[in-house]
Amino acid sequence: MNNNLSVEHLTGIKDLTRQDIELIFKTADNFKDVINRPIKKVPSLRDITIANLFFENSTRTRLSFELAEKRLSADVVNFSAASSSVKKGETLIDTVNNILSMKVDMVVMRHPNPGAAKFLSERIGAKVVNAGDGTHEHPTQALLDAFSIREALGEVEGKKVVIVGDILHSRVALSNIYCLQKLGAEVMVCGPTTLIPKYIHELGVKVEHNLRKALEWCDVANMLRIQLERQDIKYFPSLREYSMQYGLTKEILDSLPKEIKVMHPGPINRGVEITSDVADSKQSIILQQVENGVAVRMAVIYLLAAKIERH
Amino acid sequence: MEKQVILNSRHFELTIKRLCYELIEQHNDFSNTVLIGLQPRGVNVVTRIKSQLEQILGKEVLCGTLDITFYRDDFRRTEKPLIPSVTNIDFVIENKKVVLVDDVLYTGRTIRSGLDALLAFGRPQKVELLTLVDRRFRRDLPIQADYIGKTVDTLVSERVSVEWKEIEGEDKVVLYTPESNEQ
Repeated sequence: MNNNLSVEHLTGIKDLTRQDIELIFKTADNFKDVINRPIKKVPSLRDITIANLFFENSTRTRLSFELAEKRLSADVVNFSAASSSVKKGETLIDTVNNILSMKVDMVVMRHPNPGAAKFLSERIGAKVVNAGDGTHEHPTQALLDAFSIREALGEVEGKKVVIVGDILHSRVALSNIYCLQKLGAEVMVCGPTTLIPKYIHELGVKVEHNLRKALEWCDVANMLRIQLERQDIKYFPSLREYSMQYGLTKEILDSLPKEIKVMHPGPINRGVEITSDVADSKQSIILQQVENGVAVRMAVIYLLAAKIERH
Repeated sequence: MEKQVILNSRHFELTIKRLCYELIEQHNDFSNTVLIGLQPRGVNVVTRIKSQLEQILGKEVLCGTLDITFYRDDFRRTEKPLIPSVTNIDFVIENKKVVLVDDVLYTGRTIRSGLDALLAFGRPQKVELLTLVDRRFRRDLPIQADYIGKTVDTLVSERVSVEWKEIEGEDKVVLYTPESNEQ
């Protein structure tokens, strides 16, 4: 088995090979074991400093990255746009270079602009991990989603996964499509016509507008949030109507011919894309996804850190 | 490479047996002692010692495996892969006597990492070290074994390999010496 990632940065799943993803999973298995020990910490990254740059709001991803870094014994500095000089007109490169001159080895960045992580990785010396760039990619989310499917169903190869909701504005959807396809799963997207990109079938995914049909087809349903903050125009008449057509309820779930797994990348809008009794049901693996998030991010950071030159 | 068998299969078996009796001398019926094999090759030693001990004692002996990858001191300093193996310690080690088990004791760095990794599981009452082969005078750290199968004097350029019936087809310990022109 290959024991090195083929990439220097994690800017998107698109750049990874299947071997890379499998290596990350294998390493994450071990970290999952580590974070369930009485002492949930290993000393591997004692001499590494990581900056978490969040130019966009986040709770889960940021906490998850920070925990992952701390459990690898890295030094961590945090930065969020709300309280920074970005508001005073500083450019991205200037902000990052200032932070790097404080001897930072790795940057974890979330940014509202698609391509921001790739842009940065081509211009700075530190390793870059994309924690979400606009509507483009969110690679660690896709990795933890696929890792959770592998854990729940034994493998990803041959499984049928439907991604339901706001595909148009979702970086989670795009990264998931790449990741699941590389691992040999079949992917379908489901949602109102206005929220499905017109040419998405070119990626090799099925498109379905009827939620029941999609659910009858799949082994796993990944329910996405409606990203109202990214919607500059109205894409559907009302949230209530969306919820009636595309909300996953216990009645639909129980009427399916087989027991499917339900996922959600969070944050959940209970009563919109998913009802409370579904989110809390035993078919839901939402909290496992969060736990796996830390292990998968530890694996990504560990494998990228292995490529940092020693000064 | 010149090959020299320093422990053949007959002596191999005797050595394992002797180590078991030495362990029993110190730990009686193993009611408060566990064996932990270091990944990857210490696990083979533990498996063999466990089955031998259980034969002699007529009861189960608690054994685990410990991977030390994330505790190594050469992360980012080696070209070699640092990909982990499985850790499996499904018992509490707090206040237990722990015998760490490895196949070859050489620089002592693996054991140093092993002690670190072990402490993440709790505070054992006592930790001892068992090694099948001790390459003495080659230590980088002040670490010694409590139970030794075979002591050998070696050069840095030499290599000691422990082979197993289950994996390589025969139980033996081989010393590989590079021929003079290879040195």
